[in-house]
Amino acid sequence: MNPFKLLKRGVVDENPLFIQLLSLCPTLAVTTQAMNGLGMGISTTFVLAGSNVVVSLIRKFVPSTVRIPCFIVIIATFVTLLEFLLAAFLPDLNNALGIFIPLIVVNCIVLARAESFASKNSVIPSFFDGIGMGLGLTVGLTLLGMVRELLGVGELFGITILPDFFPRTIIMILAPGAFIALGFMIALVNHMRRPQ
Amino acid sequence: MTELFLIFMGAVFVNNLILTQFLGVCPFMGVSRKVETSVGMGAAVIFVMTLAAAASFVILNLVLIPLDIVYLYNLAFIMLIASLVQFVEIYLKKASPSLYQSLGVFLPLITTNCAILGVVIINMDRFNDSFISAIVHAIGGGVGFAIAIVLLASIREKIEHNNIPAPFKGMPISLIAAGILAIAFMGFAGLI
Repeated sequence: MNPFKLLKRGVVDENPLFIQLLSLCPTLAVTTQAMNGLGMGISTTFVLAGSNVVVSLIRKFVPSTVRIPCFIVIIATFVTLLEFLLAAFLPDLNNALGIFIPLIVVNCIVLARAESFASKNSVIPSFFDGIGMGLGLTVGLTLLGMVRELLGVGELFGITILPDFFPRTIIMILAPGAFIALGFMIALVNHMRRPQ
Repeated sequence: MTELFLIFMGAVFVNNLILTQFLGVCPFMGVSRKVETSVGMGAAVIFVMTLAAAASFVILNLVLIPLDIVYLYNLAFIMLIASLVQFVEIYLKKASPSLYQSLGVFLPLITTNCAILGVVIINMDRFNDSFISAIVHAIGGGVGFAIAIVLLASIREKIEHNNIPAPFKGMPISLIAAGILAIAFMGFAGLI
């Protein structure tokens, strides 16, 4: 498969968030603002691409019985790297995402791609698969963040959009709003995917 | 004693793992189709979470801190949880086949349940000086998880027979139900 197809598959055909319904925990938790959604998406993309490349490199040396623990160690290594990078260069984002940075280790989408794609394909396709899935997740997280931020506080990426008389629905940036907004967005995607 | 009670109630209701902190949402949505399976999942989570909290407390204080490698906590804890789940599975299979029958299928899933790793990390930040508090916090977290998943499963069993618009069938309506459940749990805010 060529790189472009792999990217398109990750973003559209098999979008991790809207189609595969994976990685719900970080999705719901960090999307109170579009900016945090974007940051979380890019962070996960980094881990996905890195772990996919390494898993693909070692796929012929690892006995299949112990592959899952090996994958988890590789993923945890990249997450630890990411944690240091964020703490050093983007401390604000690091604080906003908090515990959900170390929890990328148990994000289902990362292990799912390592197991179902990278362990069976060569390095270049695995890299693009990681980037594609990561981009798909980034798009999903940013969209959800935009919806919640707009309805909750009337802003987009911190800039006020809605006029003052428009009511703010604070619940959208609280915990219940995450569930409800994602439910409606997945329903919308289902509606658009239905054969006409 | 009062302090421990407050930690427990706080973990069960006020800071419910799923509904206010979004830890463990994947199994929450994935295994909540039937009340029966959700009870099994809840019990397995309480069990493993308590063990993981105890083991991680020991690892943190006897290995990571003395060796000055706390920055490797994430690697250490995820390996700990993975091997712990494996051991529990092997042990239950031998020692208590009936318990294994009811919890068995859920155990492998628990390794990638972010509620377990989440509670272990929260314990490291907040309760690393007291073993008892860490354990009580873990039990509370597990009970909160079990309550939330059983509640959602009961709702989902009911709405399965309702007339729902096609795009909302399955996951979307369950998410919205979970959202309404979360609104109810917001009522506990400020209880402690």
